[in-house]
Amino acid sequence: MTAPVAWDGPQGNVLPVVTAPATVLSTVGDEVDPADPAVVQLAADLVATMRVSPGCVGLAATQVGVGAQIFAVDVTGHPKAATTHGTFVLCNAKIIEASRWKAGREGCMSVPDLTGDVKRAGRIVVSAALPGSGEPVEITTDAFEARALQHEIDHCAGKLFLDRVAGAHAIYQRKVYL
Amino acid sequence: MHELAITVIGPDRTGIVADVAEALAGVGANLTDSTMTRLRGHFTMTLICTGPAVDEASAALSSLGDVVTSVRSVAPEFDKSDGGDPYVVSVHGADRLGIVSAVTRVVAAAGGNITDLSTRLTGALYVLIAEVDLPAGVSDELAEQLAVAAAELGVEVTLRRAESEIL
Ligand SMILES: [Zn+2]
Repeated sequence: MTAPVAWDGPQGNVLPVVTAPATVLSTVGDEVDPADPAVVQLAADLVATMRVSPGCVGLAATQVGVGAQIFAVDVTGHPKAATTHGTFVLCNAKIIEASRWKAGREGCMSVPDLTGDVKRAGRIVVSAALPGSGEPVEITTDAFEARALQHEIDHCAGKLFLDRVAGAHAIYQRKVYL
Repeated sequence: MHELAITVIGPDRTGIVADVAEALAGVGANLTDSTMTRLRGHFTMTLICTGPAVDEASAALSSLGDVVTSVRSVAPEFDKSDGGDPYVVSVHGADRLGIVSAVTRVVAAAGGNITDLSTRLTGALYVLIAEVDLPAGVSDELAEQLAVAAAELGVEVTLRRAESEIL
């Protein structure tokens, strides 16, 4: 079943992913005009790049070197996912409700060698605009999709999971790429 | 009762923790607080134990071979919980000399007591995470001072309240 927010745009190009300590990853992204053709192209590129990256469930514009508030997510089939909305791209996303806080391990393509324990809300409501139509949407989700959205919204604000790890022993050297 | 502070550092290998523990158990050492980790592939263990004399513990550990050990007698101390508020400091950025000293100096100047700290260098990325007990009411000012220090170092810093629910 196709969720109403599912990405249905042009084919994008695979872009190189930047890794920390790149400055752009710590830069607050600008709000975007979701109807801007350049933004739609960026959305397509984020989806294309996410799809070719093994284990990648989300990718934000800052991770391809663009300081803009837009990201792609797809947690379909992930064992920790409950509610899923397929592949989708959100512009200017904001968390408007958050509850059921829970710690969990997460990693990031832009911090490829480390993972960390981060507390995230297990249920959230996010408001955003869809690229292309600019249609405002509210997404209610939970579990792993909620975690992925919070991680990507952090990227849009220039934050990495390293800025939220629970303590000195809550970062781990990654052994296998998940 | 002798209280001993012991460090053991050497190449990591399977069984090294068991060997250290067995050597100490053999001379009647009771491990109280201990921590073990790998730092860039080196096995490192720091512990406090009671029971044996310094010479006995040193002799027992000398059988381990390819490790550097130190054993010294320490006066018993107890964790001082002086009521500070728990915070976490994260720092990340390009590796350069002096990140740890600059950040920890700012924390110390604010009266913050670092209770746990780890750093990791992976590729060009340097990460420092410190757990800090802060006196009441200093966190906002410390956050500003850390931001100044971080800007000088060209790194990112966040200071936030530690989460500690009791379930
Ligand atoms: Zn990420």
